[in-house]
Amino acid sequence: MSTLTIEVQRKLGVAVERMPAFPQSVQKILDLTRDINCLPKDLVAVIEKDPVMTMKILKVINSAFYSLPNKITAVSQSVVYLGLNTVKNLALSIAAVGMLPRFNTSGFDIQGYLLHSLSTASVARQLSSVYAKGQVDPSDAYIAGLLHDFGKAVFAQFMAPEFAKALAISADNGIPLHQAETEVIGADHTVVGSMLATKWQFPEHLVACIRDHHSLDAQPSPLMDCVRMGNQISRKLAFGQSGNAWRDDEPITAPERFGTSYDAVVAALGDLEKIVSDAQMFAQV
Amino acid sequence: MKVRFWGVRGSIASPGPRTVRYGGNTTCIEVRTDDNTLIVLDGGTGIFQLSQTLFKEMPLTSHIFISHTHWDHIQGLPFFIPIFVPGNTVRVHGAYDIVSSAGIEQVMNVQLQYSYFPVREAELKARIEYETLTVGEPYAVGDATVTSVMLNHPVINLGYRVDCNGKSVFFTGDHEPYSNIYDPADAEYADYQRIIDEKEQSVVDAIRGVDVLIADSSYTLAEYPAKRGWGHGTFDSSIALGRKAGAKRVVCTHHEPTRYDDDLERVFAEALERNPRGEGDPEVLLAREGLEIEL
Repeated sequence: MSTLTIEVQRKLGVAVERMPAFPQSVQKILDLTRDINCLPKDLVAVIEKDPVMTMKILKVINSAFYSLPNKITAVSQSVVYLGLNTVKNLALSIAAVGMLPRFNTSGFDIQGYLLHSLSTASVARQLSSVYAKGQVDPSDAYIAGLLHDFGKAVFAQFMAPEFAKALAISADNGIPLHQAETEVIGADHTVVGSMLATKWQFPEHLVACIRDHHSLDAQPSPLMDCVRMGNQISRKLAFGQSGNAWRDDEPITAPERFGTSYDAVVAALGDLEKIVSDAQMFAQV
Repeated sequence: MKVRFWGVRGSIASPGPRTVRYGGNTTCIEVRTDDNTLIVLDGGTGIFQLSQTLFKEMPLTSHIFISHTHWDHIQGLPFFIPIFVPGNTVRVHGAYDIVSSAGIEQVMNVQLQYSYFPVREAELKARIEYETLTVGEPYAVGDATVTSVMLNHPVINLGYRVDCNGKSVFFTGDHEPYSNIYDPADAEYADYQRIIDEKEQSVVDAIRGVDVLIADSSYTLAEYPAKRGWGHGTFDSSIALGRKAGAKRVVCTHHEPTRYDDDLERVFAEALERNPRGEGDPEVLLAREGLEIEL
């Protein structure tokens, strides 16, 4: 990871704190909660699909005031501890902070990003239950996949001109987006994403996934394996838009657990259509 | 240690001839530790009557612990007389509210607004201190220790355990037993149930062995299905909790405002009949204003 200047750190910190929620989930939450008898599990399902809201809720439930014995990593867990009404109101107040603009000046495709995040989440979850059974909790894999690129949304919203430049450099020169980000901004999306995750006291394994998913020399973990592989599959099959399109000459880096055949891994995922349609339904692309 | 009930009603004060035996004030419980330190659990309307008895002790320090900030648990606070008398100290303890991102200090200033109350917070004469609690951390209060635990209500609700020289009392505030939000057929059901079971066990552990468990027993079993998710327990759930935790006594409180004395006694008797007391089971009582329990 590159060293950050104090100024870059401050700027990133301010930016991530102001991150709003995504419009579709906000709308769904508003619709659902208009009915006082809405089913708790429906609300949880909507919140779980929104990386920003998920992060914010986990941030507060893990705050020092509640000193929970273990870090809470799932929205449904937070319902047990905080109660549904609190989670609902939290979601509504997060929603009220503002909405991510449909068109941001960086030219980053927010809908595509959301779709990429959701598909990576689903694929990572699927991979964990086949290739890391008993080592990775599938819902951890889902959340890690959902949030791995979280830093990009922060850049798009609050450092739009620089991010636009990085996107262009990556596309024009065929270099990975995170390299272009470092060139232009002085830090890539893994830095800003993990800074936020650390500040919000996320469990270390989740922070590590956000921070190290592009650092191939970082300490490997079964969870990271699933997220990296999920990310590659999701990019190669063009599920959504990560802002970092798959390059023809890009090698697949598969940890040992996935064997030697990429096609076999994809086949093991089963119905890809379902993964895409689920993600699309929630992203409403 | 001594426990005295000043308010046992839920939701809204309900005075009148038909609630005169059990009382119409909303939640307030006075706990006196062995060295006579004053701990007040919740500031419902019952706190006004309590404060009438405190003149002879002034100047005094009152330690108020708020289970949660719904009206029936806080609306007596602006009428807690010691706050108007110089020389007194009132320490208000409670949970951090994550929705408004504010600590317990907001419990007073939301109530003492110009349009709603004639005295501004800045004009209170006592020294008012606020302590936003770290859940689970024991707080020394006089010769007692108060420990909080998060329970289940539509707003963050802390149950409090007061321990003093080997005696103990636990107050739930408002609490509904946990239930699974998924159907047994859903994939998420088992996982969610596991979390609930863990949480429930931690609550039982927090209550373990208390001399007195004061528990939210708003509903009857028959009423409960229509009130699921409202954040309250039943007589039966309170009795069950007391048995699981090995409490010596269970005091059922937070009576429905429309549950008049005769009805209250009837539904309570029915609950006792459904749950006959076995060997080692706690004694079960109905909370009423003026009830005093010496430990």
